[in-house]
Amino acid sequence: MKKSKAFWGFLVLALVIYAVVQGMISGGMLDLYYQNILIQMCINVMLAVSLHIVIGITGQFSIGHAGFMAVGAYVSAIVTMKLGLPLIVAILLGAVISALAGLLVGIPTLRLKGDYLAIATLGFAEIIRIIFLNVDYVGGAAGMVVMNMTTWTYAFVAVVITILVIANFTNSRHGRGCISIREDEIASDAMGINTTYYKVIAFTIGAFFAGVAGAIYSHNFFIIQPTTFNFLKSFDILIYVVLGGLGSLSGSVIAAIFLTVVSAYLSNFPETRMIIYSLVLIIVMLYRPTGLMGTKEITSLFKFGKKGGSKV
Amino acid sequence: MEWLQQLVNGISLGSIYALIALGYTMVYGIIKLINFAHGDVFMLGAFIGFYAIARWDLGFFPALIIAMLLCAIIGVIIERVAYKRLRNATRIAALITAIGVSLLIEYTVIFFRGASPEAYPEVFANKSINILGANISSISIVILAVTVVLMILLHFIVHKTKIGKAMRAVSHDADAARLMGINVDNTISATFAIGSALAGAAGVIFGLYYTRIEPLMGVLPGLKAFVAAVLGGIGSIPGAMTGGLVLGVVETIVSALGYSLWRDAAAFVILILILILKPSGIFGKNTREKV
Amino acid sequence: MTSNLLIKAENVGIQFGGLKAVQNVNLYLNSGELIGLIGPNGAGKTTTFNMLTGVYQPTEGTITFDGKKLNGLKPFQVTKLGISRTFQNIRLFKDLSVLDNVKVANHNLAKHSLFASIFRLPSHFAGEAKMEKESIEFLKIFGLDIYKDELAKNLPYGMQRRLEIARALAANPKLLLLDEPAAGMNPQETRELMELIAFIRKEFGLTILLIEHDMHLVMGICERIYVLDHGQLIADGTPEEIRNNPKVIEAYLGEEVID
Repeated sequence: MKKSKAFWGFLVLALVIYAVVQGMISGGMLDLYYQNILIQMCINVMLAVSLHIVIGITGQFSIGHAGFMAVGAYVSAIVTMKLGLPLIVAILLGAVISALAGLLVGIPTLRLKGDYLAIATLGFAEIIRIIFLNVDYVGGAAGMVVMNMTTWTYAFVAVVITILVIANFTNSRHGRGCISIREDEIASDAMGINTTYYKVIAFTIGAFFAGVAGAIYSHNFFIIQPTTFNFLKSFDILIYVVLGGLGSLSGSVIAAIFLTVVSAYLSNFPETRMIIYSLVLIIVMLYRPTGLMGTKEITSLFKFGKKGGSKV
Repeated sequence: MEWLQQLVNGISLGSIYALIALGYTMVYGIIKLINFAHGDVFMLGAFIGFYAIARWDLGFFPALIIAMLLCAIIGVIIERVAYKRLRNATRIAALITAIGVSLLIEYTVIFFRGASPEAYPEVFANKSINILGANISSISIVILAVTVVLMILLHFIVHKTKIGKAMRAVSHDADAARLMGINVDNTISATFAIGSALAGAAGVIFGLYYTRIEPLMGVLPGLKAFVAAVLGGIGSIPGAMTGGLVLGVVETIVSALGYSLWRDAAAFVILILILILKPSGIFGKNTREKV
Repeated sequence: MTSNLLIKAENVGIQFGGLKAVQNVNLYLNSGELIGLIGPNGAGKTTTFNMLTGVYQPTEGTITFDGKKLNGLKPFQVTKLGISRTFQNIRLFKDLSVLDNVKVANHNLAKHSLFASIFRLPSHFAGEAKMEKESIEFLKIFGLDIYKDELAKNLPYGMQRRLEIARALAANPKLLLLDEPAAGMNPQETRELMELIAFIRKEFGLTILLIEHDMHLVMGICERIYVLDHGQLIADGTPEEIRNNPKVIEAYLGEEVID
């Protein structure tokens, strides 16, 4: 089966990447600075892929993804710092609560379309942020101190699982249902797809993995603050998905990796970074609005079989 | 008469939202684009006004007019350079370009002058007038007067002039308007110019009222003004005015009740409620997708 | 052919704002019938389709299908009960492959769960394989299997129309609603399409309601015909009766489609 070949190919690739990086870390070739960039990369890839399922696959324009990242970050921090439970439990709980938040936000808002949905998700993300800002238990505006527990291994395993689950979802009747909503919601409905159900499912899965990313993130720095998760963060995630190509999983992965590297290099010049970011965004939208990859996947570039659509 | 004073504060804040919301609603009405950069034009207006007053020693009204003029030009440039090509693009592409323009303006300003805030000079002696037991500052009165004059002016332009008629025609049906010989491109540019000038005016009176301006100041008022536009019914001019005032008063009430940290959430709660309960807003019309 | 009542619309009407787009429509289809719905432009044919499929909710009247009331159901629920349709202005999933277009409609016939798909359980592979096989069968009927990996938007126009019917068929309908299936086709293509419609009707035991502009075609293949004008049914009967009905002739006067 072609699809399981892609699956095993991906796993082998992941193992090779892991072995090489792990080897370089053990050999002292990657110091903490570079390890941190790698973890950052994993977090951004997870965020990008988890938004890709909402925007790229289902075509629902959500621009409040940082809100779910915040839920994952805060819930997981509470689990480790206040309840003293292990990190793995924290990640799972953070993700589950974030998914629940996704469900709660998704059910009322996903009836909206286009711009209205975008603004509503942005509004919800801001509300989530303001809630954390006002809860003294998690430190309010000053933020919450979190121990550094994330390792490169945690981050990498999490990103591999995220990609696998979302790719598996996409290449199934459920994922096709979602893509058909993106393509033409009325026709999709007429073909018997419960569009509301699938929009909410995609949104919830997206929120789940944004929660995982948030949990990994909060345990990688020493402090989390509500301002980190404002809409600029949401826009950052949006940029990965859009630049990579709406509908292309590999595109959003590549864009997230690339932009993480660019921001790391420009971290001493934040204004320049934002100016370059915004210029790239405008130019890409004006001259190549489908993003770098369009809906194509990287695999289709060297593919033996001819495949359209979104395959991994 | 505490409540009266709060009401005046709310209306002052609401006037600023209303002035910004007008630009959102006019642009959305005509090209169906949420112009995210609109809040940044508001910020630019505040800075232009600041430099005009503090550096060039101009009075309030000349500064206001210069800010409005320059913002109108900036608005037209943004439209011509970035948005014009997007007329036939997808909504997502248009919205993302708008976000890009917004970030570009913010960080270009930070790049050239840093992110530090600026204290607005006092142009009016801050006297308070006692009306029915409420202390009403002279600045509030100036804000209200400027807003009322601008709104009357806008009403006149939209309903009594040729360009206003063209704007209404294009927002109703751009293709039909083009066939009737209306220059659609110029009409859209005029809409941006008027909306941006109003945002510039809002920026100057914001600076006057809150006395502190900084390069990212446009973001939150911009978003809230959009909420105001949605609340009033996007595309509707009276809707934007009403929505802005309602939002300003609600926020002031939330603050007055002692929940000032929740103030920013109020706007978004209103937004979500209105989107779920009546997405067409107070003055909006329902639309139906053709199958 | 049996003559069990399959669908019945009683006094159905819809109002948009103050405008009554369609009113007092009474129509029924027995199992196995091929019925035409005709009328001048803007008569309310597509609006009637939209009411039958749940896209619009009728503001008056009731629709019963196979003994169940359709009022209040969403389109996907109507489709699950067994009504499937095509669109006048082709609405394919343009960036999906031809095969995937059909698979989307085949969705409800598969049982494998979300959980099974995400964790790639055996039921996922079995379910997907079955979908693939069934979908290719549908494509074969329409001669589209050679294009299965092509994106739908790259198909020639006539093929896109065929794919729409194949897709509608894959949703396993009892009643198939075809909205101007031959629009824009040349006479040769139209003839082939009509043979195809007759074939699938027999093969799948379908009941078909057809909107069509081409009068010859409707008169040639439909058993009965309903005529809509200005949102109201003005006539129904056999092609012969319709041809001689003065009201119909009047409605079409100037269009010269009736010989």
